Amino acid sequence: MDLTIAAILGLDGLTNGAIYALVALALVLVFSVTRIIFIPQGEFVAFGALTLASLQMGKVPGTVWLLLMMAVAAAVLDLVQGLREKRPLARISRGLTATLAAPVVLAVGVPPLIAHQPPLWLQVVLTLAIVTAMGPLLYRLAYRALSGASVLTLLIVSVGVHFALTGIGLVFFGAEGYRTPAFWEARFELGPLSLTGQTLIIFGASVVLLLAMFLFFERTLTGKALRATSVNRTGARLMGISGDAAGSQTFTMAAFIGALSGLLIAPSTTIYYDTGFLIGLKGFVAAVFGGLASFPMALGGAIGVGLIESFGSFYASAFKEVIVFTVILPVLLWRSFVDPHHEEH
Amino acid sequence: MKRSHLAAAAAVLVFALPFVPVPDFWITQLNYIGLFSLVVLGLVLLTGVGGLTSFGQAAFAGVGAYATAYLTTVMGQSPWLGLVVGIAITLVLALVIGALTLRMSGHYLPLATICWCLALYYLVGNLEALGKYDGLLGLPALQIGDFSFQSERRIYLLIWLAALLAAVGVTRLLDSRPGRIMRALNTNRGGGATMPEAMGASTFRYKLTMFVVAALLASLSGWLYAHMQRSVNPSPFGIKFGIEYLFMAVLGGIGTVGGAFTGAALVKLAEDQLKVWLPLVFGGSGNYEIIVFGVVLVLVLRFAPDGLWPLLARWLPARGHKTVDENAPRLSARKHPPRGAALLDVRKIRKQFGGLTAVNDISFTIRAGDIVGLIGPNGAGKSTTFNLVSGVLSLTAGEVELLGQRVDGRGSRAIARAGLSRTFQHVKLVPDMTVLDNVALGTYLRTRTGTLRAMLGLNAAEEAQARAEAMRQLRRIGLEAQAHELAGNLALGPQRLVEIARALASDPSLLLLDEPAAGLRHKEKAALAEVLRQLKAEGLSLLLVEHDMDFVMKLTDRIVVMEFGRHLMEGTPAEVQASPAVRAAYLGADE
Repeated sequence: MDLTIAAILGLDGLTNGAIYALVALALVLVFSVTRIIFIPQGEFVAFGALTLASLQMGKVPGTVWLLLMMAVAAAVLDLVQGLREKRPLARISRGLTATLAAPVVLAVGVPPLIAHQPPLWLQVVLTLAIVTAMGPLLYRLAYRALSGASVLTLLIVSVGVHFALTGIGLVFFGAEGYRTPAFWEARFELGPLSLTGQTLIIFGASVVLLLAMFLFFERTLTGKALRATSVNRTGARLMGISGDAAGSQTFTMAAFIGALSGLLIAPSTTIYYDTGFLIGLKGFVAAVFGGLASFPMALGGAIGVGLIESFGSFYASAFKEVIVFTVILPVLLWRSFVDPHHEEH
Repeated sequence: MKRSHLAAAAAVLVFALPFVPVPDFWITQLNYIGLFSLVVLGLVLLTGVGGLTSFGQAAFAGVGAYATAYLTTVMGQSPWLGLVVGIAITLVLALVIGALTLRMSGHYLPLATICWCLALYYLVGNLEALGKYDGLLGLPALQIGDFSFQSERRIYLLIWLAALLAAVGVTRLLDSRPGRIMRALNTNRGGGATMPEAMGASTFRYKLTMFVVAALLASLSGWLYAHMQRSVNPSPFGIKFGIEYLFMAVLGGIGTVGGAFTGAALVKLAEDQLKVWLPLVFGGSGNYEIIVFGVVLVLVLRFAPDGLWPLLARWLPARGHKTVDENAPRLSARKHPPRGAALLDVRKIRKQFGGLTAVNDISFTIRAGDIVGLIGPNGAGKSTTFNLVSGVLSLTAGEVELLGQRVDGRGSRAIARAGLSRTFQHVKLVPDMTVLDNVALGTYLRTRTGTLRAMLGLNAAEEAQARAEAMRQLRRIGLEAQAHELAGNLALGPQRLVEIARALASDPSLLLLDEPAAGLRHKEKAALAEVLRQLKAEGLSLLLVEHDMDFVMKLTDRIVVMEFGRHLMEGTPAEVQASPAVRAAYLGADE
């Protein structure tokens, strides 16, 4: 291998690593706030990519209907719970409106819009809106009632959710894979390297998102409340921070980050209904570098996973996945020395 | 009719089935259910009992299947050699993965197993020698002498023999010396490492054992599957099946042997139906059944976290009480030091948490037959001192000598072996085990039965001894009438007494009691005091950390008073009561 190939592979690894970093950040965020090991994060990535692909083909994406179904289910649950607890009707109906508004608007608005072939930026906005809105609904439907359960139970729930979402992805998007056109076709020659506009967008978006998250957690009250919840759930509740609201907000952010990752990766990778699982797990390998708790370490881990993957596919392309997923074993060995054992509370 | 008779009748029915003219389709289904049950039995042990989980059981099945497939088709060896090699490879892999993850928090294991299941899937799918994604074809049928297990009805016998033997083995294991420790480990049910370690058991070793047993059961299932199908390919060993196995365990009832069979049967039968119906609903083809499985999994965890088996088991006859043979020979006893001999010597022990010195150069001694109290206001460092002596926390400096043996810096296991036993401020009993079994757990260091011996049922004599000893200790504290109750059903007072009985069952030279009267009602306190007085009369040495002054003053010979981590004074109860310094420490009054 000469330096040129190494540089190309390195760039490739960094590009993929940036995506894994976004996924890993969402996983660390969800785990630290809710103790949920969020296996289905990858499904948000796939749904983001496939939703945009549907919009580009002028089809109504199945995620719109999925979102509507989830909203209706959540509304029914809220209604039953509200009536059982004899809450005032006005409050119940306010809650129902909040749950149903965005999904209904999207379900009514998207089909006629598509007929007019909206510009790319609007398609992107619609995609982000559709997938992001699923986040809090997913939390409501699958996790909220179990928020006191053990990490293990929540993990098994996550696997159940992953199963369901993958199957639903198959129903709505079929077994074919899709790619979306690049957002920016420009090319830049940088010595032996050829940078595409898409690569720059991936790096740019990742950096912007990281900065935004940093500011959110350092400067805003909501961000600080989420941090408080991640440090001590009971303590945060005693300070008036609702654990349910924190979970809901975290899932909204995770879904947004997932959808964005999907949009970024779809021009360079063919996405199938079940591709998200592997992307999500690579994010997990990255997050484990930081013990599922440290954002900077997860970031470093993600870059590492991206590089291992690109160099691995150069040397032994058939065994790319084998190499990436075997890497977790030495990482775990290292972590087992770093992490003192703690389990009882 | 007893439950064991019912189980025997069910077993006879299972083995009679292939000899009566039932449709072949039934036999095929039952073969799969038996194979799945084998894997799920491992998860019952690992996840349901131990609170650890694995999504990689399918991969272990794959190891078993591919090992025999390669040996028989490529190398032309016997399937029985394939079984041995498959088991050996599985053993090594499980030991490596377990050793890497089981020392860390529980959620690393499942993540590691997902990753390794995927890695193995892609590895096998890309290896030329293993036939890539097409797999290996033309495996021979199993054969013993001239008897071939080629037909489905014949291999059925082998599959169900393996499944039922595994069920018996797991049931026996759970009701044995290693099993009691395993049941105490589940952090999801209030268990953990501290108590088993204090009883002398290596919790890491038992976690690893459970993981290995589960992996071996999966590997055995894979071997049987390979010779039933007579071919292997990667897909039944991928992560989808890994998750489905866990689904079966959760649906059936994750902690019960009956649940393993219930879950395996329900999932297999439902999957067949769903594969027919769902494509009609959604059109096209694909694994639509995973939607239903995913949703049902979430619903089960929400509404029936114990699974479906407990609902069925309600119709079965109740489990009989265990018999206790009081004439069983006594367990070996320790040689206790004579009254007045040096027992515990604590010299200048210190514990710092960052900048805070919680325990500052504390020294005291206990002689055999002494009852010593350790008191002090809140935050004085009593419990920390206690945890330093019993090895739960590590010392920053100082020495501890127990019966002339230096024990500082050694873990609570070694200290337990040296002759110290303890109770816990927050009661650490296994709630879904009987009082008798909880106390029998205390005999851990006086008994020897290992995992294999327990599974083979060769531990009956020793188990009778342990049970008799537990009963003796229960009688000593006056709780023999509750011996067969579940420990979780007792009130706090009796639970504290059970903890004392458990500690006594280890035949300690020194007993440490951590706030035994905390949270007890008046009558319960009186009962506890009575028990302690009686133990004192029997010559047992006690160190008591306690808040309740009245309680301490009446019981102890000597009292060590701590304040702000320092040694304030030491003396008889009367001296302590008269001390102005102690009064100032408690009441903050300056004279």
